[in-house]
Amino acid sequence: MDWSTKFNQFFGALSVEKWQALLMQGLWNTVKIAVLGLIIGILVGTIIAIIGAAPKNKWPLKVLDKICAVYVALFRGTPMVVQLLVAYYVLLPAIGVVGVDSVTVGIIVFGLNSGAYVSEIMRGGLNSVDVGQMEAGRSLGMSYSQTMIRIVIPQAIKNILPTLGNEFITLIKETSVLSMISVYDLYCAVVAIGAPFYDKVMPFLFMAIIYIGLVLLITLLIKLLERALGKSDRRTSLVKKRKLFGIRKGA
Amino acid sequence: MSEVLLKVIGLNKKFGENEVLKSITTDICVGEKVVVLGPSGSGKSTFLRCLNCMEDPTGGSIIFQGEDIADVKVDINKHRENIGMVFQQFNLFNNKTVLQNITLVPTVLGLKKMRKKMTKNFWIKFTNLFTKNKKELLVIEATAKDIKKQATDEAYKLLDRIGLADKADVYPSTLSGGQKQRVAIVRALAMHPKVILFDEPTSALDPEMVGEVLDLIKELADEGMTMVIVTHEMGFAREVATRVLFMDEGIIAEEGTPEELFNNPKSPRLQEFLSKVL
Repeated sequence: MDWSTKFNQFFGALSVEKWQALLMQGLWNTVKIAVLGLIIGILVGTIIAIIGAAPKNKWPLKVLDKICAVYVALFRGTPMVVQLLVAYYVLLPAIGVVGVDSVTVGIIVFGLNSGAYVSEIMRGGLNSVDVGQMEAGRSLGMSYSQTMIRIVIPQAIKNILPTLGNEFITLIKETSVLSMISVYDLYCAVVAIGAPFYDKVMPFLFMAIIYIGLVLLITLLIKLLERALGKSDRRTSLVKKRKLFGIRKGA
Repeated sequence: MSEVLLKVIGLNKKFGENEVLKSITTDICVGEKVVVLGPSGSGKSTFLRCLNCMEDPTGGSIIFQGEDIADVKVDINKHRENIGMVFQQFNLFNNKTVLQNITLVPTVLGLKKMRKKMTKNFWIKFTNLFTKNKKELLVIEATAKDIKKQATDEAYKLLDRIGLADKADVYPSTLSGGQKQRVAIVRALAMHPKVILFDEPTSALDPEMVGEVLDLIKELADEGMTMVIVTHEMGFAREVATRVLFMDEGIIAEEGTPEELFNNPKSPRLQEFLSKVL
C-alpha cells in the first residue's frame, strides 16, 4: 500500500464525525490531565519548597521536612509508568477502592509526580530571590508567611517560569503512557482511527504532529506570560533594545 | 533626660563560636540621633540588626514598649511596625511599583487588624445571644476601602516630599540608587515608626547621590525622629548625631557627644580609627 492511499484513508476517516469526536475526547483527556497535574504539582511543589526553606525551629517542621524528602526521593526515583501502574493496579485494589475513574488516577499521579520536580524548581526559585527582600518585609512588621506570599513567591515564580514551562511540556508528552491504565488519551484515539484499515503509520505520524503543535502552543503561551510578568524587570527592556538597535550580544 | 525608647541591657550575639557582641548596655532615648562608628568587623551592623531582632540576640534583653523583644516568645512583628529599618542595599520590593512599595505593608497590616476585629465582633455577638450582660462590640474605624485610600494618600504625600510623585507607578529597577534609597526611607516612614535604624544607608550609592539621601535623613532628624545610624560618613555623623558610639571588637569602646569624640578621642583605638578616616 502506498503513502497516498494511507493518507487518504486516514484523513478520510478523520472527516467522519464519530472519529473526530473520539479524537477530541482523547485530546481533551490528554490536556486535562497535563494541566490539572501541573496545577496540583505547583501547589504541592510550592508547599514542599516552603517547608524546606522555613526555619526549622519546631519539631513538626523537622518531621514534615523528612516526609517531604522521602516523597521527593520516591517520585523522582521511579518512572511515571511504574507510578501509574502501581497506583492503579496495586494501591487502589489493596486499599479496597474500586471504580475510581482512571482519568482521576492519572491526574493525581501526574500531580504528585510533578510536585516532586516542581519542589526542586521552586527551591531554586526561592533561593534566587535576594535575602534582602525577606528582611525588608519582616523589618516593616509583616510575618514570615505574609512576606513569603506577597514578596518572595511572586518573584520566585517569575524567575522559574521558563523551567516551569519545561515541566509542563514534559507532562504533556508523558501523557502518552496513560493508555497503560486505560485512559482514553490521544494515543488510544489515533490508534482507534487507524484500526479499521490496519494502519499504524499515519496515526503515529499524526500523533507526533499533534504533540508538536501542543508544545509549540505552550511555548508561545509561556513567552507571553513571561513578558506580562517581566514588566518589573529591566532585562526585558534590554533584550528589546538589543533586538531593535542590534546592539552586540555581549555589550 | 527624656523618656527611654530602647533599653539595651547586656546584649550578646554569637555566630557559632564567634562572639560578635559582648554584653552591650545602652539606652536610646526619644528624639536621640545615635551614630554608631567603628572599623569593619566591630559588630556595629550586627548591633543595629539586633535592635529589631533581624538577628536574634543570644543573650541580654532589649526593652521596647515595655516588652523584652529579645525574648523569642514575644510577637516581634507587632514591635517591628514601630521600628523602621533602612538597608544598605535599599531592598525595595522588586515586584511592586514605587507606590505599592510604600502602601503594601500599611494596607496588609491594616486589613489584618480589621479582620481580626470583625472575627472578635462575631464571637461577641454570638456569646451575647446566650448571656445577659451584653458585651460591647469593638469599633471598626475604617473600612477596607478607607484603609487602602488612606495608605495611598499618605504614600503620595511622602512621594511629593521627596519629589518622586511622578515615579509612583514605575518599578524600582528603573530608579537610580539615590532615588531607591529615598523611597526606602519613606517606605519606613509610612509605618509611623518610633525609631528608624539606618544600616549604612549611603554605602552602596554613587558619590553624587549620597548628598540627596543624607539631606533627607537630616530633614527627618530635624523633625525629631529618633534614629540609630551606622555610617562611614564622618561629616554627616558629626552634624546630625546627638550621641556617638564607637564600637570595637563587640563592645562600646567609647561614647559621647560628637564634639567629645571627634575632637578629643580618649581611647587609642578611636584615635587610630579617626586618624585613618578623617
